[in-house]
Amino acid sequence: MEKEEEVRLLGFWASPFTCRVMMALKLKGVPYEYLEEDLMNKSPLLLELNPVHKKVPVLVHNGKPILESNLILEYIDQTWTNNPILPQDPYDKAMARFLAKFVDEQVAPAGFRSLVKAEKGVEVAIEEARELIMFLEKEVTGKDFFGGKTIGFLDMVVGSMIPFCGVRAWENMGIDMIPEEKFPALNKWIKKLNEVEIVRECVPPREEHVKHLKRNEERVKSAFKRQI
Amino acid sequence: MASSDVKLIGAWASPFVMRPRIALNLKSVPYEFLQETFGSKSELLLKSNPVHKKIPVLLHADKPVCESNIIVEYIDDTWSSSGPSILPSDPYDRAMARFWAAYIDEKWFVALRSFLKAGGEEEKKAVIAQLEEGNAFLEKAFIDCSKGKPFFNGDNIGYLDIALGCFLAWLRVTELAVSHKILDEAKTPSLSKWAENFCNDPAVKPVMPETAKLAEFAKKIFS
Repeated sequence: MEKEEEVRLLGFWASPFTCRVMMALKLKGVPYEYLEEDLMNKSPLLLELNPVHKKVPVLVHNGKPILESNLILEYIDQTWTNNPILPQDPYDKAMARFLAKFVDEQVAPAGFRSLVKAEKGVEVAIEEARELIMFLEKEVTGKDFFGGKTIGFLDMVVGSMIPFCGVRAWENMGIDMIPEEKFPALNKWIKKLNEVEIVRECVPPREEHVKHLKRNEERVKSAFKRQI
Repeated sequence: MASSDVKLIGAWASPFVMRPRIALNLKSVPYEFLQETFGSKSELLLKSNPVHKKIPVLLHADKPVCESNIIVEYIDDTWSSSGPSILPSDPYDRAMARFWAAYIDEKWFVALRSFLKAGGEEEKKAVIAQLEEGNAFLEKAFIDCSKGKPFFNGDNIGYLDIALGCFLAWLRVTELAVSHKILDEAKTPSLSKWAENFCNDPAVKPVMPETAKLAEFAKKIFS
């Protein structure tokens, strides 16, 4: 039995990266103190804990900072061994890590591009994003969750990024990125995710989130336009 | 385990390919090295890595594992009872090793690579500043991780040593090409000593390209 542990999480309420860490902590039943960061005005604590990237989330465990959301998930999994998050089999583990990196580094930026492209480019951007998301469709086909019978690492990574972030942003733009006829397995998975208590408790509240994404969209679009 | 069970698709000049090769050496796992021809991609590569179409790809009993650092972790997990541990056992140390490995790929190596392509003086100065900042971070990371031992991983080379060390030959080629010392003993004494130790490691020596051969290759591909 672990002694009293001090666990704090610095995060941002609308961030998918923060969301996935909260899911992991909830799944493991780890009590923690949540510190909300104002990303426009970063706290001295954040800058001290993450001088390299100055980003959230940051998990602080007994005073030691752990950075990068997916690395935090792995750390949580190794430190609190109940309800495993990562697969046990080395090959499945490698696959989960590969797809998590793929989601954050390829899918998310491609999805983002479809939000900022002008009318002429948007169809191409949507198709490119869909091609990538198809890899995820294949991975979850025939399974309840990416993790099998219960949610795991990949469900938290993909879940925080796509249904509870990407989809909301795309809907704002009138884009139906993952229609059921093209992505039956992913849509089935999203329905199942919505029934999981941990997921419902950790995702950003819909109404505020949609408003936030809308505000963000204007700012991001004008920033993007200035770059061209 | 028959050597035909383990295959690695790669190329001698690629630092990313070096990573799993070092890991396989550390675990004494024999493997078949399938070299890609520069400028073209084999059917096997395209089939094994449809997402990125990049090397390295490890094929273990024909199942592909992609992404160099992920392959290194896979090797450590699969051949866990053979050779030294590549990842640290402590969860915090492991998180730190992975963090710095990601930093190296996303920031440090990107800066190094852009040095060779940098145009005017202004651009070169900017890249040098980025690399110096990166080196300072890595010097501190080395002191924190090594805890007085010769490698990031302690007594033996490990994940983070491999993640950074694989770039040393390209680092030397870049230094020669731009006539600027990127890894400076005066500024980063610990890192410089580490680099020397890393290159002399028996798991590394057979797969580290010779500077002259690599420089010639670089001239060819960047011309």
